[in-house]
Amino acid sequence: MNDTATPLLGVRGLTLDIPMSSGVLHAVRGIDFDLHRGETLCIVGESGSGKSLTSLAIMGLLDKNIRRSAERMEFDGIDLLSASRRQMRSLRGDRIAMIFQEPMTSLNPAYTIGDQLMEALRLHRNVSREKARARAVELLEKVGITAAASRLGQYPHQLSGGLRQRVVIAMALMCEPELIIADEPTTALDVTIQAQILSLLVELTREMGVAMILITHDLGVVARVADKVGVMYAGELVETGPAADVFGKPLHPYTRGLLRCIPQPGKTQRGAELGTIPGIVPSLIGDVQGCAFRTRCPHAIDACRDAIPERGTPPHEFLCVHPDGARAAEGEPA
Amino acid sequence: MALQRIADPLLEEITGPNPRQILRKRVTGHAGLLFGVGVVLVLLIIAILAPVLAPHDPYAQNLANRMVKPVFMGGTWEHPLGTDHLGRDYLSRLIYGARVSLLIGTVAALISGVIGTAMGVAAGYFGGKVDAVVTFLINVRLAMPVVLVALAVVAILGGSLQVVIGVLGLLLWDRFAVVMRASTLQVRRREYVAAAQAIGASTPRVILSEIMPNIANNLIVIVTLEMAHAILLEAALSFLGLGVQPPTPSWGLMVSEGKNMMLFEPWLVLIPGIVLFILVLAINLMGDGLRDVTAPENRS
Amino acid sequence: MLQFILKRLGLAVLVALTVSFISFSLLFLSGDPAAALAGETASGEDIEALRRVYGFDRPMLVQYGEWLWQALQGNFGESYYFKLPVASLIADRLSVTMTLGVCGITFALLTAVPLGVAAAIKPNSLIDRVALFLSVAGQAMPSFWFGLILIVLFGIQLGWLPPSGASTWRHFIMPTIVLGYYAMPAIMRLTRAGMLEVLNSDYIRTARAKGAGEGRVLFKHALRNAIIPVVSLAAVQMGFMLGGSIVVESVFALHGAGYLAWESIARNDLPTVQALILIFSMFYIIFTFLADVLNAWLDPRMRSS
Repeated sequence: MNDTATPLLGVRGLTLDIPMSSGVLHAVRGIDFDLHRGETLCIVGESGSGKSLTSLAIMGLLDKNIRRSAERMEFDGIDLLSASRRQMRSLRGDRIAMIFQEPMTSLNPAYTIGDQLMEALRLHRNVSREKARARAVELLEKVGITAAASRLGQYPHQLSGGLRQRVVIAMALMCEPELIIADEPTTALDVTIQAQILSLLVELTREMGVAMILITHDLGVVARVADKVGVMYAGELVETGPAADVFGKPLHPYTRGLLRCIPQPGKTQRGAELGTIPGIVPSLIGDVQGCAFRTRCPHAIDACRDAIPERGTPPHEFLCVHPDGARAAEGEPA
Repeated sequence: MALQRIADPLLEEITGPNPRQILRKRVTGHAGLLFGVGVVLVLLIIAILAPVLAPHDPYAQNLANRMVKPVFMGGTWEHPLGTDHLGRDYLSRLIYGARVSLLIGTVAALISGVIGTAMGVAAGYFGGKVDAVVTFLINVRLAMPVVLVALAVVAILGGSLQVVIGVLGLLLWDRFAVVMRASTLQVRRREYVAAAQAIGASTPRVILSEIMPNIANNLIVIVTLEMAHAILLEAALSFLGLGVQPPTPSWGLMVSEGKNMMLFEPWLVLIPGIVLFILVLAINLMGDGLRDVTAPENRS
Repeated sequence: MLQFILKRLGLAVLVALTVSFISFSLLFLSGDPAAALAGETASGEDIEALRRVYGFDRPMLVQYGEWLWQALQGNFGESYYFKLPVASLIADRLSVTMTLGVCGITFALLTAVPLGVAAAIKPNSLIDRVALFLSVAGQAMPSFWFGLILIVLFGIQLGWLPPSGASTWRHFIMPTIVLGYYAMPAIMRLTRAGMLEVLNSDYIRTARAKGAGEGRVLFKHALRNAIIPVVSLAAVQMGFMLGGSIVVESVFALHGAGYLAWESIARNDLPTVQALILIFSMFYIIFTFLADVLNAWLDPRMRSS
C-alpha cells in the first residue's frame, strides 16, 4: 500500500445530518478514509452506526431529506460533492457499482434478469442488444450460474436468494467498474450460501482489479478479505488502519470489545465465554459531545466528554483520549 | 451490568412520551380530523335541536311567498335562505333535512356494519368453507349495481324512510365484510389469540374479547366512510324521485325540486348541494383522520 | 396460468348465476307481481287472467329456470311499458352508456394516474396537496349535483357546451367529467400509494445505482409495478360507473341504458329492470374477470405459476 499516491476514492470529514421532528440526527460525523485501486476496505460496525448511509452518500443516492457535507470527497479526481446529477448518473453503474443487502427485493420483479443485466450495460455503453446479451451470458457464467443463456429469460422470483445475489453481482460487473460498494451482500442469505457468495465476490474483484468497499458486521469475513479496516461506531470511524494492524493491535476500546465478541482459532479457549459489549448505542439526535462510546466504555474518564483528538500514526489511527489506550490493548486479554 | 450510572447527557431522553400523549398530539395536530369532527358535531346538534333552531315550520306552504331570494341575494331576514317553489322556508327545510341525512347515514351504516362485520369476522376467524362462502357473497354483492337495485326495490316497496334505510343497510355491507375479514385474518395469527385459545377460552369469547377490540379501530373508520356513502346514496335516490318522498325535507329531494327553477334561481340547487357536500366531506375527513391517527403503522 | 383462468372463470359464472337469481327474485318482492302489474284499480278476475298470461301461477323456480333459459338466448321478454322486446330496447340504448363508460374511465385514468404519480414523487408538495384536495372533494361530491352545476355554468351561463342530449361528441364532455370524477379519487389514491411504496423499494435503488435517469426510474421501473393493482381497480370502477350511469344519464338526459333503467323503474316495467340489473352485473363480472387475467399476465410472478 502506498498512501502517498492519489487514492481512487478520498473522503474527508463526511457528515450526514437527518432533520427529525425531535431534532437533527447526526448519523455520520466527520469520517475520513482513502481507498486505492484494487484495495478492499471493510467497514464494520453495529446496525445504525452509519455504514450504509456512508455508502449511499458516496453513490449520491441518499434520501432527499438527508444533508450531506464534507471537506472533500473525490473519486479519481472527480469532486463528488459538486458533481452534477448527470455526472453522478454516468458514474453510477459504470465506474462505481453497488451491491445491496437484500437479493430478494433488489431486482425488479417485472423484468427478466436478462433485461436487467443488459440495461446495466446499455445505460452506459452504446452497444447492440446482441452484444449486451453476450456480455450478460459471459458474466452469468463468471458468477457461476449454469445454463446462463436460458436464465436470461427468467424472472427474479424464479431464482433462489443465492442465485439472485449472483445475478446482482454480475449486474454490478457489467460495465467493468473501478469501485464496487457492497453493503452487507451476504447477510440475507443462508449461512452455507454466504461463504460461497463472499468468496466469489472477493475472487472476482481481485481478478478484475476492482477496488471494493465491503460493509459488514461480520468480523470473521473482514479478517479474511480486508486490506484495510474501518471500525464505525455511532457515526464515526473510531479506528482505521491496515487489517493486520487493526486485528493484531486494536487501539480503540470499541474495536477491542468487538474482537472479543468473536471466537478466534488458537486464542479462544474451548468453553470460554465470548465477550459482549454492555449498554446501548446512544441517541445521536441533538449535539453529540465527546466520545459517543464513553457510556459503554470500561475506561471512561471525565476527559471523554470533551472533543476527542485523532491519535495514532498513519495509516493506523483511532479516536480515543484514553491515555492508556494503546498500552491497555496489549495488557488486556484478547 | 457494567452500564455506568453516570449522569450523562447521552443517556437522557430514553423515556419518551406515553401512548396517550402521542395520540393526543396526533389528534390535535390533524387538521382534517379536527375539521371533520367539528362539522359533524355542529350538524348533529343542529339536527337534534331542529325544532328549536328552525325559524319556520318546514312543511308550511305559502304560495304567495314563493322563491323569495336568500338574504345575501337581496332577500330579507324573515327567510334567511329564501323560500322554495311552494313558499316553504328554505333554512328550516335544510335544518330538518340534516335529520334525514344523519338518521339514514347512521342507521344504514349500523345495519350494514352488523351484517358485514359478522360475515367478515366469521370468514377471517374460521377460514375454509365459511371464508369461501363469505368471499363469494361479497363478489355477488359487488357485482350488483347498487343504485339500480336500490331504486328498483324502493320503487316496488314504496319510498318511505324505513324502506330507504333498510335497502341501504342491506346493500352497503361489502366494505365492512372485506375490511373486517382482512383485519381478523391479521389479528388471529397473533400470539395473544393463540394464548386465549390455549387456556381454553370459548370461540365467542376469543372473538369478543381478543379479536374485536383489536379490529375496532378499522371498524370505526369503515362506519364513518359507509355513513358518508349512505348519505350520498340517499340523496341520489331522492334526487331521482325514488328515495325519500315529498314533502319530507331531504337535501337530495330539495336539489331535485330546485332543478326545474335552476336556470333562474340557481341557489335553490346550490344551497342544499353545498350543505350535502360539506357533511359528506366532514364525515370522510373524520374517517380518514381516524385511520391516520390510529393506524398501527403510524405508532412509533 | 391456465388453471388460474379456468378457476376464475368458474367463479365468474357462479357469481353471474347467483346475481341472475337475485335480480329475477326482485319481481316477487312486491308479493304478487300480477297485482302490481295490473295496477290498483284492476279487478280480481283481471289479475287472475294476467297471472295466467304471464305464467305467475307456476312455482317460482320453474319461472326462474325458464327466464334464465330465455335470457341465455338473448330473450328477456317484452317490456310492459314500451311493448317491445326488452333485448332490442336495451341494445339500442347500450351504445350511449358504453361510450359514456369508456370516456369516463379514460378521463379518470388520464387525470388520476399522472396526478397520483406526481403526488408520490413529491409528497407534501403543492401538487400532492392539490391531488389530495381533488380526491377528497371528489369523494364528497354528489354526482347529480356536480352535473347540475356544470350544466348551469358551462351549458347555460357560459354557453360553451350543450346542456343535455347525446347527438354530438360535445354532448358527452360534461357527463364524462362527472362520471370520471366519480372514479378518479380511488384510482388517484391507489396510484399514489402504490408509487410511494414502489419508490421506496430496493429495486428502485438498484435501478438508480445502475445509473438510470429519473424518468427511466419512474416510468420503466416504478410505474410498471405500481400500475398492476390500478388495473384491477379501474375495472371495478368501470363496473361501478356503468351502474352509476343511471344518475348521470338522467341529469344530462342522455338516453342510454341508465336512463332506460330509470324510466322502467319509475313505470314498474319489471322485465326491463330485471334484464338491466342482470346486464349491468354481467358487465361488472366480465370487467373484473378480464382485469384479473390481465393482472396475472402483467405480474410475472403469477404468469409463470
